[in-house]
Amino acid sequence: MDAKMETRHLSFYYAAHQVLRSVDLKVKGNQITAFIGPSGCGKSTLLRVLNRMNDIIPGARAEGEVLLDGKSIYAPGVDVVELRKKVGMVFQQPNPFPKSIYDNVAFGPRVLGMREVSLDEVVERSLRAAALWDEVKDVLRKSGLALSGGQQQRLCIARALATEPEVLLMDEPCSALDPQSTLRIEELMHELKQRYTTVIVTHNMHQAARVSDWTGFLLLGELIEYGRTSDLFSRPQDRRTEDYITGRFG
Amino acid sequence: MARTSARNTQRLALIFIWGTGAVALSILLIIVIYVFVRGLPEIGWSFLTTPPRGGLSGEGGISAPVVATLYLVAITMAILIPLGVGAAIYLAEYAPANRITGAIRYGTEVLAGVPSIVFGLFGFLLFVTALHLNFSILSGSLTLACLLLPTLIRTSEEALRAVPHSHREAALALGATKWQTVWRVLLPAALPGIVTGTILCVGRAVGETACLYVTMGGSAGMPDSLLSSGRTLSMHLFYLAMDTNAIEKAMATGVILIAVIVITNAATNWLSQRFRTRMMGGA
Repeated sequence: MDAKMETRHLSFYYAAHQVLRSVDLKVKGNQITAFIGPSGCGKSTLLRVLNRMNDIIPGARAEGEVLLDGKSIYAPGVDVVELRKKVGMVFQQPNPFPKSIYDNVAFGPRVLGMREVSLDEVVERSLRAAALWDEVKDVLRKSGLALSGGQQQRLCIARALATEPEVLLMDEPCSALDPQSTLRIEELMHELKQRYTTVIVTHNMHQAARVSDWTGFLLLGELIEYGRTSDLFSRPQDRRTEDYITGRFG
Repeated sequence: MARTSARNTQRLALIFIWGTGAVALSILLIIVIYVFVRGLPEIGWSFLTTPPRGGLSGEGGISAPVVATLYLVAITMAILIPLGVGAAIYLAEYAPANRITGAIRYGTEVLAGVPSIVFGLFGFLLFVTALHLNFSILSGSLTLACLLLPTLIRTSEEALRAVPHSHREAALALGATKWQTVWRVLLPAALPGIVTGTILCVGRAVGETACLYVTMGGSAGMPDSLLSSGRTLSMHLFYLAMDTNAIEKAMATGVILIAVIVITNAATNWLSQRFRTRMMGGA
């Protein structure tokens, strides 16, 4: 199967500190890929490499190649804004802007220059895709911060979907949420799979096992093992993977 | 035994704390009441609408100082806000974290503590003399803007820094450019703090005398342009108290000043409260 995104010998540094060590990885299109591993293993960094969010950290530097549809995203002349339009992101803490629900979702289309007249439609479609429309359709002018945590996270997903990305990155999207909201988001990820390639970072192995098609296990910046989720959890090839998923450490 | 003494200490501490609070408050109240009792009877329609006679005469009202104050505050803010907020955006969002930035920030803090008469002297030499703006409202405004710049930069920078980092990340991840992030996310989120800082500056502008004394002249006449000399309410109060025997009129001017400051502060509180509820989803 074709890789939607791919890293080749990817190493990553924060100043002198090496966080990723020669990671080779293929993210398959229209599938959910999960990165698991103990805290500090580099899984969030790996995720944030995929839309160059690490660029804003002073001293951060990538070596090797990262490809989107076969084209390098770190090549000189690549428009980061264009890249982030294609590769959207949802963060660990729900972070709606202190604006109305409508303005939150319309933010992306607006900065990308979409005309105001077509915004209503985009907002509705995005909120529907994020399974939030029915709950908020009558209060679109209310502040996004007035929603519950789980609703805020779905609002952030709707906001990310509004720019019509091809890849959706999710950095521990449920870690700040209660079990009920977590379930909603996991169901949502299944629905979104039809249209988007999803990459999720999670510290929760059970979540990775439940939602993902592919799983990568990282340890100390190395991609120890990568394969189909069912294989990785039932027949881990590496001793360290086995130790981690059976709960012997981490 | 130990328990009783602890309880006594507690009681004493309470009395002391209440006492200091009461003393501080009564001093304030006494001043305000004294000024109001002596000044209020002077205030009437003609007091508000006639210009002062000027010179050693205490005759006339305060219309010209009111107009000059309005001019001064408006021009000062027109110069101050773009410069101050712009510099704050630079320091908070664009400046690299190096020594030069550190030096700029430290310089701003030092300038915020420099006595206003020093700014007055600077304004006198630069605007009044070197740039030939003479004693004028414009000279006063430019000097006042210099004086208040550090304050506005600091409050605005703090307001921008208080915006959670996650808002910046969210905007950038949605494909916003740095400027779009600043303009559409950070400035709106920091607006309550910036507005508060601005209104505090208005309050200080209304109350300032020393640096205006040496840049605005102090003419009692109605200003007819920005290059007219003039006197603000605070300066007028000073002239009345020092040069004339019209102490009741000075008190009346004081009443107006106190009222203006109370209104500005109330407006600040009201505005920031309103912003906060709107941002936090109360509305």
